[in-house]
Amino acid sequence: MWLFDKDLWSEVFNTLGKNMFRTFLTMLGVIFAMIILMLLLGSANGMSNGFDNVFAGTASNSLFVWSRSTSEPYKGFERGRRIQFRIEDASILKQQIPEIEVLAPRIELGNHRDVVTVYRKGRKSGSSVYGDYPEIDNITKKKLVDGRFLNQNDIDASKKVCVIGEETYKLLFDKGENAIGEDIRINGVFFKVIGVYKPNNNINIDGENAVFIPFSTFQKAFNSGDRMGWMAIDVDPETSVAVVEEKIKKLLKGKYDIHPDDERAIGSFDMSEIFNNIAAFTTVLKGFSFFVGIFTLLAGVIAISNILLITVKERTKEIGVRRALGATPRIVKRQIVVEAIVLTAFAGLVGFALSVGILAALDAAFGQGNDFPFRDPMVSIPQFGISFLLMISLSVLIGMIPANRAIKVKPIDALREE
Amino acid sequence: MIEIKDLHKSYQMGSNSLHVLKGINFSVKEGELVAIMGSSGSGKSTLLNILGMLDVANEGEYMLDGVPIKDLNETKAARYRNKFLGFVFQSFNLINYKSALENVALPLYYQRVPRKERQEKALKYLEQVGLKEWATHLPSELSGGQKQRVAIARAMAAEPKVLLADEPTGALDSTTSYEVMDLIQKINDQGNTILVVTHEEDIAHMCKRIVHLKDGVIVEDKKVKQVRASEYV
Repeated sequence: MWLFDKDLWSEVFNTLGKNMFRTFLTMLGVIFAMIILMLLLGSANGMSNGFDNVFAGTASNSLFVWSRSTSEPYKGFERGRRIQFRIEDASILKQQIPEIEVLAPRIELGNHRDVVTVYRKGRKSGSSVYGDYPEIDNITKKKLVDGRFLNQNDIDASKKVCVIGEETYKLLFDKGENAIGEDIRINGVFFKVIGVYKPNNNINIDGENAVFIPFSTFQKAFNSGDRMGWMAIDVDPETSVAVVEEKIKKLLKGKYDIHPDDERAIGSFDMSEIFNNIAAFTTVLKGFSFFVGIFTLLAGVIAISNILLITVKERTKEIGVRRALGATPRIVKRQIVVEAIVLTAFAGLVGFALSVGILAALDAAFGQGNDFPFRDPMVSIPQFGISFLLMISLSVLIGMIPANRAIKVKPIDALREE
Repeated sequence: MIEIKDLHKSYQMGSNSLHVLKGINFSVKEGELVAIMGSSGSGKSTLLNILGMLDVANEGEYMLDGVPIKDLNETKAARYRNKFLGFVFQSFNLINYKSALENVALPLYYQRVPRKERQEKALKYLEQVGLKEWATHLPSELSGGQKQRVAIARAMAAEPKVLLADEPTGALDSTTSYEVMDLIQKINDQGNTILVVTHEEDIAHMCKRIVHLKDGVIVEDKKVKQVRASEYV
């Protein structure tokens, strides 16, 4: 087996090693090609990781449902009727649709997107104010910089506590001031701050200038009765959100006498669609990088073949001498093909090592920030393995070209050339 | 050792054909030292190439050490060359990035001789040509005479039946030429069969037999009294 022929290898390494400059030039193409391929793949991976990071903390298989006004008259009701969800809807939905894993009802002070003035010691902030259940944290995770989020205890005892956004904190407090335990005033009612959260570059549904208070407290303090603004719902990962969305709407339409074809009365937002789109985007990006990279690699390997072709011309005499000394065409051919493989493999590894360095530098420069979806740009072992194998197979095929040229040279012609 | 009968060779040059060898009959016994002489165009190099299996004749028979040399493909020719023949060229043809020792060991590599044995043998032959101290030097660090001695060591390393030398002194001054001839004579003294192509009278007279070629035929084939090159050194 030629693979284990030590003499062949030492002959190849000898030839390449004693012609360092030529060897280096030959490898340059593949080194660059490998760097490009690895950078493309690594960046695509980094982007994918970055998106994962952006959406970390947001349940991917979730949806949001809110009420609006009807657009169709139905059962004697006129169109344009405002639908108001009730808190009991939450338990009805949970009971009747088993695919719902978490359901967090929410109510907002004023109309949707309205702001309410929040006061503290002569300062004020226009913030959104939400009544929430602690379950919301399972669907859109809050990154707390201080204190804690609402818990079941707060709900049960209707405690007058709140969690505020960093933006709200900046408006109401001095820089570095401790907010925990301080009171803020909303519509004349005082709430004690128990936590501050920071914008976590998530999909930010609530905004950063917001105040969260327990749902039960909200009901009492602002006299909202059994009204409910909207629901955040996490669906069993095995089930399609769209299916559950349909079931929920059907049920709610029945309950509130809404025309079955009325598309406007109940609003909803399917979070999984975004995730699927992004997943599709990153997959396409990765595929594209691989495609481009492989062709670059092909160009690199062809460059090796080209230079070997020139080298063969240059080495005509040497090949002639070898043939005169008894090298069979097969030996000559094998040596050139193995030279191509060794060059490609070595160049590939050098390119790989360099690109790992570059990716690490990129990661250090951009990878750890939160403002840009780019994180841990690295190439996976299978990705590298496939590229490497592909490259080697290409080099075998393409190494045949100079190898065949080499054995076409007749020893007598080769020796005559002075 | 060598037996050729009615050897013809012609080259196609466009529409003209150039008849280079016009029926050569010639034989060499073991241990002979033969000079093949002739002016340029006489066909002496073509004859040597055919003998060296670097080229094939159009017609005629060629027996080497009892083996008929015919229907050669490249692989078979390479094996025969490796087994039967050693080459020495006018321009040395050493591989320039290999040391003297590696150059000498190369034919042994193609004979699949194990590495260690190869090194030992190569060193032995280098010692025979008096260049043991130069084993690790590259051809570029050697003088012309030294290069040719390395080339002779390389040709001998494979222990060929016949040594073919094509103008071995053509690129050397007369003193070095005699040194090289001295070496060739010594190798011949050990019983090796050697063919030397040359156009220099003095070199030819250092052989034991001179074959004159003219216009593709042998015009003269005579035994001569050998002049020892060592007299001049």
